[in-house]
Amino acid sequence: MTNNKLSFNYSSKRNITEFIFTFLSAFASIIVLMPLIFIIIYVIIKGGSELNLSLLTQLPEPPGDDLNNAGGVGNAIIGTFIVTLLAALISIPIGVGGGIYLAEYSLKGPFSKFIRFGANVLSGVPSIIAGVFIYGIIVSTRIILGSNFSAIAGGLALSILMIPTIIKTTDEGLKLVSNDLRKASIGIGASKFITIIRITLPAAFNSISTGIVLAIARASGETAPLIFTALFSFYWPSGNDMLLQPLATLSVLIYNFAMEPYEAQNQLAWGASFLLVTLILFINLLARWLSNKTMEK
Amino acid sequence: MKKQTLNTGLISNEIISLENVSISYSNVEAVRNIFCKIPRSKVTSFIGPSGCGKSTVLRAINRMNDLIETSSIKGRVIFEGIDIYDKKIDPVEIRRRIGMVFQQPNPFPKSIYENIAFGARINGYTGNMNDLVEYSLRKAAVWEECKDKLNESGYSLSGGQQQRLCIARTIAIKPEVILMDEPCSALDPISTLKIEETIHELKKSFTIIIVTHNMQQALRVSDYTAFYNAEPTSKDGGGKVGYLVEFNETEKVFNQPTQKATEDYISGKFG
Amino acid sequence: MPFNEEFVLRNRPRMEKIIDQSFQNLVLLMASMVAIILLGILTVIFLGSTESIARYGFKFLVQSEWNPVNDQYGAFTAIYGTLLTSLASLTLAIPLGVGTAIFITENFIHHKLRNIIGVMVELLAAIPSVVLGLWAVYIMEPFLRPSFLLIHKYLGWIPLFGSEPLGPGVAPAIIVLSIMILPIITSISRDSLNQVPKKLREASYGIGSTRWITIFRVILPAAISSITGGILLALGRAMGETMAVTMIIGNSNTFNFSIFSPGYTISAMLANQFGEADGNQVSSLMYAALVLMILTLTVNIFAQWMVKKLSLKY
Ligand SMILES: Nc1ncnc2c1ncn2[C@@H]1O[C@H](COP(=O)(O)OP(=O)(O)OP(=O)(O)O)[C@@H](O)[C@H]1O
Ligand SMILES: [Mg+2]
Repeated sequence: MTNNKLSFNYSSKRNITEFIFTFLSAFASIIVLMPLIFIIIYVIIKGGSELNLSLLTQLPEPPGDDLNNAGGVGNAIIGTFIVTLLAALISIPIGVGGGIYLAEYSLKGPFSKFIRFGANVLSGVPSIIAGVFIYGIIVSTRIILGSNFSAIAGGLALSILMIPTIIKTTDEGLKLVSNDLRKASIGIGASKFITIIRITLPAAFNSISTGIVLAIARASGETAPLIFTALFSFYWPSGNDMLLQPLATLSVLIYNFAMEPYEAQNQLAWGASFLLVTLILFINLLARWLSNKTMEK
Repeated sequence: MKKQTLNTGLISNEIISLENVSISYSNVEAVRNIFCKIPRSKVTSFIGPSGCGKSTVLRAINRMNDLIETSSIKGRVIFEGIDIYDKKIDPVEIRRRIGMVFQQPNPFPKSIYENIAFGARINGYTGNMNDLVEYSLRKAAVWEECKDKLNESGYSLSGGQQQRLCIARTIAIKPEVILMDEPCSALDPISTLKIEETIHELKKSFTIIIVTHNMQQALRVSDYTAFYNAEPTSKDGGGKVGYLVEFNETEKVFNQPTQKATEDYISGKFG
Repeated sequence: MPFNEEFVLRNRPRMEKIIDQSFQNLVLLMASMVAIILLGILTVIFLGSTESIARYGFKFLVQSEWNPVNDQYGAFTAIYGTLLTSLASLTLAIPLGVGTAIFITENFIHHKLRNIIGVMVELLAAIPSVVLGLWAVYIMEPFLRPSFLLIHKYLGWIPLFGSEPLGPGVAPAIIVLSIMILPIITSISRDSLNQVPKKLREASYGIGSTRWITIFRVILPAAISSITGGILLALGRAMGETMAVTMIIGNSNTFNFSIFSPGYTISAMLANQFGEADGNQVSSLMYAALVLMILTLTVNIFAQWMVKKLSLKY
């Protein structure tokens, strides 16, 4: 009989409560996954069907010109690469350098505490504010060779979003490097500069590059900082002053064309979304692979 | 201080001299009032119970303590007539002349060859690198194990081999002084013997200071021995502070210690 | 014996020391960039808005007329919209996010499956907000509209549901926002739950607690401060989130209690008007940006303080 008392009783109040909560949490997970699944499905269905050579190679048509054909997103693909590359070129040296300072030169002082705090705060600044800031100091003042909306302004705005992420991952990556390695290098008479460049930075390479790649993935899908910095363009980027001209990007194209009342432009926005999501998921996989490699070490 | 035998006349040709050195971590004194002259081209061993500050003193000699942000030093460390804590002094140059081998083997995540070439290169070595690599590895008694895999990672070696690689790395920069902090504590007896032979060989061209917990080892390899001990800072226990009890020729320290503490330690009564 | 050769750098050449020192100064400068950028942002926005601040003062915050034609600016609708959408989306997302986090940290299902859910949540965070906006406008909102109509039909007497849902509006914006902040809440909750020491759980089981008593009484309380930090970070993100909201909220400065009517948020207003604004309008937009900046800074600093150590993924 004692056996019976100990056996699982499905109808006890306690077990029913347990079951209800378990069910609720499983239900929550399903709801959380639904949007992702539906977004991916629709991006594939509506965007993937747009995929053809002219999408990749042609220029977009201004809305209303041709009701059946909106052209392609060729210039926006190139533009996304240009503006992300610019942002990376600006933010990687600053971010990695700043992270080096925090982890290697001033691990604990009040200054580095303040900078770490600042990096956290900066990463919480809304991306549209980065756009407003760059608009205020660069675009409206025409400070860079008299140009106003430009690829450079867009790159700068994006770099503001990337810098805190890169600083923090560099800082944390370097902090994980064993102090024994630093001692080994210093102990045979290496200068701090050599120790960092030749020993600690390479040792933290994987985790730092994971952070950089994630920052790039995030920046390449950003729209808000670009709409009044890089603006948009219906032409190919060209000429010597290419970087001083307005530039089309996939994300701004999606925004502009999604809000147009023309079906053809809306379709193009879906096509661009497909490309952008594919690109970003690919970069994310790259980051995941990099960080797995770090774990294996 | 009163307990320390200064033996001022003992060393006539010193390469390093500690003059009233006290070292603190976050304002807590770890060692206090050390006076000691390190003889040139000899092996000096530091012995003493755990936590009495041997590593602390050793690290002060090539300014490795600079890496510990909380540490501070009082007194003077004179190397070849120069106070190495003088403001003008570049600690990097000090470390090129006074190399260090650590307790835990810490090879770089590079190939065995590069582990050795790296230090030589930053010191501006102009000779044949292959020769130097072979020479250093031989000196550190690890050539046989490494010669066929010079391009493999330093991590592919066993712990004892890694340690000898680290010794080779230090030999390769040909410092004037080599500091070794318990270099054999991670080694098997055979590697330990090899290292000890290496030390005998090395002392022809280098001055060596070695921290060891193994009194037999101190006896075997060193010409001079410094015995450190720790005493409570106040009567009611609390913190301890290290000090130098006795410094003399190794043979004397072991056979005719002048201090009671030394005698107790050597005969294994504590520590 | 190879030591007959020289070590020519034994005495460090001046160049080497200069490089060493310049490198340190360089990285110091780069670290300072963080402070410079932050100060720069605050300065630009503050200077840009002084005119509007002088003109409208605090009335700006409580008036909802926004009229470039006769130069009247009040940001109440946008400020209200920012607070309403972010808080409402948080209310939706907290139970879902924390529930999911519990589901994938407990061993209800195989750990591989749990990992897959975790990865999918992180991928959701990677979807650009403009793509989410596109999806919300053309797929989600039409899909949800019948349910909104139903709510309006039966609960329309409550002012909150008082207007007929006709398309873009505050309600779909709230839903999109909650989708966007779900990954943050889920991942941070998951990390915090994972960090709760195992022995706490064992102790609880050891005295005969059930699984959910253990979760509610032992595990959640132990992780609550960093979960709260994560929730605050999500709140900050929701307040500043721009693109998806701009596309779906309807962009109207007319104040309306009903969440089925179009509305505005500060960031949507900036995205919509900043590029073409001039004169007083720019200054008023800057004033609105200043309000947004203060709101997000406050929330973020508070969040920083709560999360403290939990490393940054976002
Ligand atoms: N980095 C540090 N920060 C703070 N205190 C330290 C640090 N390193 C050593 N100490 C303290 O200084 C004292 C001396 O330590 P040290 O490592 O020099 O002793 P030791 O004689 O080398 O011991 P062992 O034989 O165990 O290696 C100890 O009390 C120790 O706690
Ligand atoms: Mg020690």
